[in-house]
Amino acid sequence: MLQIANWALDMAKARGATYADVRVMDIRQRELSTKNGEVGTCAESESLGIGIRVIANGAWGFASTDQLTKEGVQACAARAVAIAKASALAKTHGVELVPEDVHVDSWQNPYIKDPFRIALERQLALLKAADDEMRKVKGVTLTETGMVFRRIEQFFASSAGSRIHQVKMQSGAGMVAFSFANNELQKRSYPSSFGGQHALEGYELVERMDLVGHARRVGEEAVALHSAAQCPEGARTIILDSSQLALQVHESVGHPIELDRVLGMEANMAGTSFLTLDKLRKLRYASEMVNVVADARLEHGPGLGTFGYDDEGVPAQCTPIITAGLFTGYLTSRDTAAMIGEKHSGGTVRGESWNRLPMIRMTNISLLPGTWSLEDLLADTDDGIYMETNRSWSIDDKRYHFQFSTEIGWEIKGGKKVRMLKNPSYSGITTEFWNSCDAICSRDHWTLWGTPNCGKGQPMQSMGTGHGASPARFRNVKVGVAFSS
Amino acid sequence: MRQATSRKRVQGPPAVAEAHLPSFAELRRIAERVLKLSEADETEVTMDAVADALTRFANNTIHQHVAEQTLTISVRTVFDGSTARAATNKTDEESLRRVVAAASRLARSQPKYPGLLPMPGTQKHAKVQRWFEATAAATPQDRARAVARIVQRTAKEKQTAAGTYSTGATRSLLTNSKGLAASYEQTRAEFSITVMEEHSSGWAKASGADIRTLDPDALAAQAAQKAVASRAPRELAPGRYTVILEPAAALDIVGFLFYDFAGTAVLDQRSCLTKRLGKKIFGENITLWDDVTHPQQLGAPFDGEGMPRQKVLLVDRGVPRNLVYARGTAKKMKAKPTGHGLPLPNEWGEAPMNLVLEGGNSSLDEMVRRSERGILVTRLWYIREVDPYEKIMTGMTRDGTFLVENGRIVGGIRNLRFNQSILELLANVEMLGPAVRASGEEAMDMVIPAMKVRDFHFTEVTKF
Repeated sequence: MLQIANWALDMAKARGATYADVRVMDIRQRELSTKNGEVGTCAESESLGIGIRVIANGAWGFASTDQLTKEGVQACAARAVAIAKASALAKTHGVELVPEDVHVDSWQNPYIKDPFRIALERQLALLKAADDEMRKVKGVTLTETGMVFRRIEQFFASSAGSRIHQVKMQSGAGMVAFSFANNELQKRSYPSSFGGQHALEGYELVERMDLVGHARRVGEEAVALHSAAQCPEGARTIILDSSQLALQVHESVGHPIELDRVLGMEANMAGTSFLTLDKLRKLRYASEMVNVVADARLEHGPGLGTFGYDDEGVPAQCTPIITAGLFTGYLTSRDTAAMIGEKHSGGTVRGESWNRLPMIRMTNISLLPGTWSLEDLLADTDDGIYMETNRSWSIDDKRYHFQFSTEIGWEIKGGKKVRMLKNPSYSGITTEFWNSCDAICSRDHWTLWGTPNCGKGQPMQSMGTGHGASPARFRNVKVGVAFSS
Repeated sequence: MRQATSRKRVQGPPAVAEAHLPSFAELRRIAERVLKLSEADETEVTMDAVADALTRFANNTIHQHVAEQTLTISVRTVFDGSTARAATNKTDEESLRRVVAAASRLARSQPKYPGLLPMPGTQKHAKVQRWFEATAAATPQDRARAVARIVQRTAKEKQTAAGTYSTGATRSLLTNSKGLAASYEQTRAEFSITVMEEHSSGWAKASGADIRTLDPDALAAQAAQKAVASRAPRELAPGRYTVILEPAAALDIVGFLFYDFAGTAVLDQRSCLTKRLGKKIFGENITLWDDVTHPQQLGAPFDGEGMPRQKVLLVDRGVPRNLVYARGTAKKMKAKPTGHGLPLPNEWGEAPMNLVLEGGNSSLDEMVRRSERGILVTRLWYIREVDPYEKIMTGMTRDGTFLVENGRIVGGIRNLRFNQSILELLANVEMLGPAVRASGEEAMDMVIPAMKVRDFHFTEVTKF
């Protein structure tokens, strides 16, 4: 990989690049799924290539190729420089980068069991057992299970001298039961929806989930939802489970703090952000008990946003985003940090693969735990709704107005869950919502969730992000609008 | 813009600007090597060679500018009724041997694949011409010059532009050990622009196989005009309104129906058409096809198994009549395969990929003129499914939302959230424009008209 990188860096420099960095990535993936007890997807893939990013004439250029011969790599590097020079045709200012130390290092996330060394038969047998168990419930009409494993080996080299080798092993699994009856389709997922739970771990993550042990309940709840009362409409107290709250953090904190969005770089597609520069260290984002960090360090946990160095060669770090309710930080890169006068990058730049330009991506954007036990929080709630497991999500292009629905809800009366509710939904304005938070559960209830498919950029890139959260309570939230007539 | 590409052609450009896209002969040679290496009962090889480039601009400057070149070799093997797939992007002998071995190992490690049919033999595919040298030959300089010209104009008007200008080429080959060989090549160009003022914005986008059919300057002017027209947006109370959906807005919500027309979706009872086939659930003016040969469509005329894609009448004057079927699904549902199968093995079955909603004769101006009160929508955003059977979707308006009163546009309004059933929407269409190729963000490009719809359900309003 070093030789390939050097071919690229040498050619970029020879063609006039004032800065260049390259990523050689070797990605291996296994994907398995079942549907109604039968194998659905059974596939493996590998992809090896190089992405070359350069600054020439004060503008960015990027080119990638999977032709890793000396000629192929050099042609790609020359192309990146030619692209940068073309970019300079429409340039209002030259690119500036905040300084970064030279790093020569190697990093790998710890894991216990290599998922690619676990027999395929064993993995399929586990999925099938969970699938079969869900289908034992009368009224379940469709079941799906899945596992995804990814090994990403990458070598970063920059014209400044950094040489960083990293290996990330990622695992994920989940299941879902559907029930169609009375012209209504209900579903329940475990451990979360849209693919389950994903983390920078080995197969031990899947084994800890106990898919089979949870399968019967998942099926039963999917069927029971048909008989449940409709979630009411109006202003209510709600408690969100940790997986739904993780997505709330992702959409209403994680995206708006991306500095490239704030600076208008994503305006055409993903949108901009209400968190304009004047709001830094001034906006009361949330109530005082709310603390959110962007933490890519391993000590935060094995999240999908955990790494040793980002794709600009900047070490993983922890940035306070919301501190006692106050908005305190953005996600930054070397060029965007320079634009707002910061001295260092926050180290949040990643690319989906070797053929994608690295850009600001969420690391692990986590709501730090509070002090409540879930039992005490429920007991302390006279009249509310507990909502679990995301079913749909939508937010406007400045990240003000959101609407979420969850798979299941529970009416809380007098401190107890009294009955199941179907089709729960809630909506609101981001800062009003976060300022209505009055209780957050403790670390005992805290989970670092993985979102494996966050989309951003043009061409679109899918990225894994991490979000830690424990259940939390919010007052006076609008519920039920999604199903209003 | 078209001047730049024609200039390039005169100079005798390579087949694909500054990138090597393997020829069909090269792809065939790789496929033959793979087939020879396989000891499976049956083997299928799919190859996709891609050379794409994209110029991205924001704040009136090019800030990202990329190019990629990839070749994916995907191998499916069958052993005694079991099948699996492995893919690589390496073409050396050892890598090809490894990908065949991986596909074989995976297939042998699992139970029989339910309802697996023998691979199809030779097929006859429709001929479509979707390769345009002008698109393939477009250079970074061509795209950058067009962007430079546009952003200079927006800056002069004290507006801010952001967008993309992309060009690319794809060459694909699908072949199997039964003698099937299907090939396809396509170029694609796309221009998208958002023009912003302090409290307003406008957007326009177009795509096609031939770059010469795109007019970035006109699209930029259209977006700029919308930004001007929506200045100082007023807040409108949520509720049910007549809406005029421009084609991209109609596409992004109606396009969410596509998988509901899959035979597998109905079989799995997750389609909103479950128990509704043959019933008149849409308006008389709604007729929907899937038609890969439509002149404004893109895409290969064969499916993931190499079967010819057929033209299918999905909705006939308000009545959902037909579904699309992969071979395996067709057998299960006692129907005929339509050539819409996804690459095997998969749990999804099939999907229509080339939707064409028949249009009418009303212009957008006419829809506005004939509206006492309503909302004109340029673009919808972040659309997600709230209720899969009633097909209630939620999402936001964006980049040009206007109040229409007494037959004219009276100004911009703050963006609104909707919670709207697509079934209800397609039953409430009052006027249709001519069907055009539309490009949005949430659904696949399709051919669809602008539409005027009564009682569209807006539930909340945002702050801008």
